[in-house]
Amino acid sequence: MTLNTLSIAEARDLLRRREISARDLTMSCLAAIDTSDELGAFVHRTPDIALDQARAADARLAAGEAPAMCGIPVGIKDLFCTRGVASQAASNILGGFRPEYESTVTARLFEAGAVMLGKLNMDEFAMGSSNETSCYGPAVNPWKVDDRRLTPGGSSGGSAAAVAADLCLAATGTDTGGSIRQPAAFTGIVGLKPTYGRVSRWGIVAFASSLDQAGPMTKTVRDAAIFLQAIAGEDAKDATSAALPVPDFEAALTGDIRGRRIGIPREYRMDGMPAEIERLWSEGAAMLRDAGAEIVDISLPHTKYALPAYYVIAPAEASSNLARYDGVRYGHRATLGPGEGIVEMYERTRAEGFGPEVRRRIMIGTYVLSAGFYDAYYNRARKVRALIRRDFETAFAEGIDAILTPATPSAAFELGAQASADPVAMYLNDVFTVTVNLAGLPGIAVPVGLDAQGLPLGLQLIGRPWDEAGLLAHAHVLEKAAGFVAKPARWW
Amino acid sequence: MSITPETARKVARLARIRVEEADLPALARELSGILSFMEQLNEVDVAGVEPMTSVTPMLLRLREDRVTEGGMAARILANAPDQREGFFAVPKVVE
Repeated sequence: MTLNTLSIAEARDLLRRREISARDLTMSCLAAIDTSDELGAFVHRTPDIALDQARAADARLAAGEAPAMCGIPVGIKDLFCTRGVASQAASNILGGFRPEYESTVTARLFEAGAVMLGKLNMDEFAMGSSNETSCYGPAVNPWKVDDRRLTPGGSSGGSAAAVAADLCLAATGTDTGGSIRQPAAFTGIVGLKPTYGRVSRWGIVAFASSLDQAGPMTKTVRDAAIFLQAIAGEDAKDATSAALPVPDFEAALTGDIRGRRIGIPREYRMDGMPAEIERLWSEGAAMLRDAGAEIVDISLPHTKYALPAYYVIAPAEASSNLARYDGVRYGHRATLGPGEGIVEMYERTRAEGFGPEVRRRIMIGTYVLSAGFYDAYYNRARKVRALIRRDFETAFAEGIDAILTPATPSAAFELGAQASADPVAMYLNDVFTVTVNLAGLPGIAVPVGLDAQGLPLGLQLIGRPWDEAGLLAHAHVLEKAAGFVAKPARWW
Repeated sequence: MSITPETARKVARLARIRVEEADLPALARELSGILSFMEQLNEVDVAGVEPMTSVTPMLLRLREDRVTEGGMAARILANAPDQREGFFAVPKVVE
């Protein structure tokens, strides 16, 4: 049996017809996970919880009152707090932490009957684009073309690897600068970052609170619609979650995008962009045109400044958010020497508990917020951010329904390849995705083709604020036209 | 803008992250590299632009002023590295 290879939609229909059981589906995923150590995707496994939840799901299915996610086995990024289950944001500073509460996203998934298989690898505190900053060691891309181990991307690298390798039907991700969309593109799956405020951030370890947003990582666009339906909506525990009605996302997948206007932003045609990415982008535009959409050249003039603005704002917010890791309330506390007091406790705890990239970003954030530099860096970055959002607003005001761009500047690269490079080189991975977070927009990565080596490449669609339904409709058409069905050959 | 080891020491101190004296020059170089990347922002004309404060236009909602949750001290303390008599315990703060 290969039930673990099903999509959510397929499994839902089989479960509702009682042709398969949630238990068998869950067992199939657990067996796949048990032989996947080399992928480094699941870092905390919860088979007992999974089987209990599967049993409860089967009871609901038997009663004929099952929501779409009922009995669907999913993986949860380690950034989500799950009650009684290790939740450590891939950081040593949260070693041993077992939350006494459940994040809103996981609580909603469980209410809908979803089954948690375990916690998934990621970059430490979601800071990274290759999963290499994880305290567990990297997750590995199930795709490979030779002996090299490739990154699944980051920060949601474990989620991407697990979905691409059929260890689970879908996974949660979070996206602060591209952390859902870049790994989705690197592994040939679908990754959706909703509009800022569509999904509650409560119970998700905070990185940069004005940019963070959780979303689904799935095998298909339809699955992303089903998954988002289960987690979206206002939450009294998150004041930034929007009090807006949540439409029926799956019903939006009509296949009809005739007359829609798709913007192609000229500033995303970067110097040195690989010809393959350029070609993929043109082919994607042609697919949407063939489906009846109008392709329009647009300008987003401040695109170039998105990355530097992001790398001021995100570390600034992180330096504030991560101040809570002080060795007092949870997680690691350093052992003190004779005569050392509370300041030494903070300083040693944080030096021991945080990895190098997290320490670096906290210090950058501290610097740009410090007296004398606040205006020059932080306030200037927030002004540039306002201009970046205005670029998008102008495009949408001129009748653009969605924007098509590449998802990443390259296919998946080798683990370790950027280890010696300066940190800024790694930041460039986010060049096409980070604008979306700065502007608070929804964005989705859709697998569209393979490069010459045989590695997946994705395109990104960017939607109007709160228009995930329209965005998914466009993505669905692109997915169908691209007909991406390739799967990684099993080597693990 | 170049960061000196002295500035790096100050930043590390503000961030409450211990950095060994010998590591300060390398840290200063790293931070300088990242900051020079950010210097691009100086090319942008931001005259008259208000800094963005809210990602999507939203008003903070008010809720009724009443106790909704509480009485869970044991759960709040459950993950503490050191707790005594219902409190978080830390090294002596005042002499």
